[in-house]
Amino acid sequence: MKRLNSIKINHAKGTAECAAVPFPVPSYVKIPMSMNMGAPCIPLVKKGDTVLVGQKIGDTDAFFSAPVHSSVSGTVRDVSDYRLVSGIVCKAVEIDTDAEQTMAEFTPPVINDKDSFLKAVRESGACGLGGAGFPTHIKLNPKTEIDTLIINAAECEPYITSDYRQMLERPENVLGGIRLIMKYLSIPKTILAIENNKPAAIEEFRKLTENDPSVEVFALPSRYPQGAEKVIIHSTTGRVVMEGQLPSDQKVIVMNVSTAAFIYKYTETGMPLIRRRLTVEGSAVRKPQNVIAPVGTLISDILKFCDTDMESIKKLITGGPMMGTCLITPETPVTKTSNSILALSEYKEPVTSACIRCGSCIRACPLKLMPTEMEKSYKRRDVEALCRLKVTLCMNCGSCTYVCPANRRLAETNQLAKALIPRK
Amino acid sequence: MVTTYILPVIAFAAMGIIAGVLLSVFSKVFEVKTDERIEQINDVLPQANCGACGYAGCADYADAIITKDAPTNLCRPGGTKAADAISKITGTNSGEVVEQTAVLHCSGDCAATGIKYEFTGLKTCASVKRFYSGNSTCSFGCVGFGDCISVCELGAISIKDEIAHIDPDICMACGKCVSACPNKLISIKPKSFSTVVRCSSKDNGKVTKLNCKNGCIGCKMCEKNCPTGAITVTDFHASIDYTKCADCGVCAQKCPVKVIELI
Repeated sequence: MKRLNSIKINHAKGTAECAAVPFPVPSYVKIPMSMNMGAPCIPLVKKGDTVLVGQKIGDTDAFFSAPVHSSVSGTVRDVSDYRLVSGIVCKAVEIDTDAEQTMAEFTPPVINDKDSFLKAVRESGACGLGGAGFPTHIKLNPKTEIDTLIINAAECEPYITSDYRQMLERPENVLGGIRLIMKYLSIPKTILAIENNKPAAIEEFRKLTENDPSVEVFALPSRYPQGAEKVIIHSTTGRVVMEGQLPSDQKVIVMNVSTAAFIYKYTETGMPLIRRRLTVEGSAVRKPQNVIAPVGTLISDILKFCDTDMESIKKLITGGPMMGTCLITPETPVTKTSNSILALSEYKEPVTSACIRCGSCIRACPLKLMPTEMEKSYKRRDVEALCRLKVTLCMNCGSCTYVCPANRRLAETNQLAKALIPRK
Repeated sequence: MVTTYILPVIAFAAMGIIAGVLLSVFSKVFEVKTDERIEQINDVLPQANCGACGYAGCADYADAIITKDAPTNLCRPGGTKAADAISKITGTNSGEVVEQTAVLHCSGDCAATGIKYEFTGLKTCASVKRFYSGNSTCSFGCVGFGDCISVCELGAISIKDEIAHIDPDICMACGKCVSACPNKLISIKPKSFSTVVRCSSKDNGKVTKLNCKNGCIGCKMCEKNCPTGAITVTDFHASIDYTKCADCGVCAQKCPVKVIELI
């Protein structure tokens, strides 16, 4: 099978052998009401209220959303405004934690059929833990019949090892989650796709699924961006998700490995999504490691825990160096979708020069788009040409910007160009 | 000799004559009536093709004047001169030409606002706007990367102290900068009015004041004191309806933060 274009990048998985350390309960957390795609939640608590660990503190009537739970027990300090990276302002519940950490009462959800399963998944607050944060209960309710579940364990971004640690530390949760989804959605086959730079995980799961023909462990090449939805579908099944289509149109669901593991854990314990396994790395971090932190913990607290030289941080990135976003302050809380914190002590702004028409970006683009042409069309504000060049397919993987010898901001321009295209 | 040279010459001459006769007949029979006035109007228009009149270009506007009875006073670059010339051709009354200019509704220069972060990405307003609503402390103000400059074909806009300045003498109000600004800070106003509100912050007074020294606090002093009811405060900032404004300057005097300017 012909592979899609991809690029070779430094994996930098220095924390692969660092078992995740539970983060001590922070004295203060700030839990944003919008951590995933979809409508922001409305806070259910007010200033001065006492909250328990796992208590629901935000919910909404909107279907395309997921509720928010408290990750600590304590008193609500305030319900304040919080500006997300996108510029949108949502509410955030600030909580001063107490010493007891009293748990709310958890009972495992009663699941008999697909409907009760989906309802339980929504109640758990689950969303895609790979980074995009698509509400899981919507992903698991496709309109078409699904014949393959693809579990995305590629983790193709450099530095991040949190999914890898999840697979090594709790493989039973991953398989449990896969079997639950297969059972309630009547999916006959699952492909667990792992990049071949994680041989230990591949071996472990091959061993565990020896007697289960419905689960196939698929070794992906360690090239960027194998973990992108359209790329992973093509690499594992050969199917092509066309422009405007969803994976379910090609009869597949792609789900992050940690999300599947979380769903199993939730059905066993009833404990909603309040903790997050994340990788802390970067040249400013003296003790790079994986931590399991409560949602809402300030990134500055986690960096201090990992013995970081706070003064030397030049660039602070969450979500990986290729597709992640820069943070303007370490006082930003960890969200459900934070899979890594990267604190770099060195950053040199690249000098952009004129396009030399080498075509590197075209050869690098996994979806065979032409970033250099799209950049020129964007400059002319030529919407017709942008539609013809299929700019809406760009998933902002950043491969074009990475390979450009002239350091042009191609992926960034594509995002601006996408905003010009009128939505159907 | 005869078959090689003379016969072809006669044949081609005959074909030419027949074609010429047919063409002249058909040009009379199937004549498309065009109004010569369209051509004349197109000649008096300034050929800026700016689109400020609302038509695709000067030729389209000239066509619209004759075929769709478009008003003759829409050409902003041409002004009164063009309107009078067009009216002479069409024989209608041109009506008053309102000379207009673009104005920026922000005064948050580098002395008034701080920066949230140092932006190292693509240096355009639309790009910086995607991260935390821009790198200035005020999320609604001018970010000063000059998206308006890149669309202005006359060079009427410049960046001074990190905000845009529009030269009213050069500007011909084509409105391209109005749609280029991601914060929607530029509007078109009649040149004859001197009163301008220099803030578009939708934050409440306290937050605006924290973010920008020059911001509108939404106190409604201007709204209460305006003799003609032209000023309204919505979303914590004032805006002027120039169809009601008497240009008396009372609002500028009463404004406690001096965000209403007389230019």
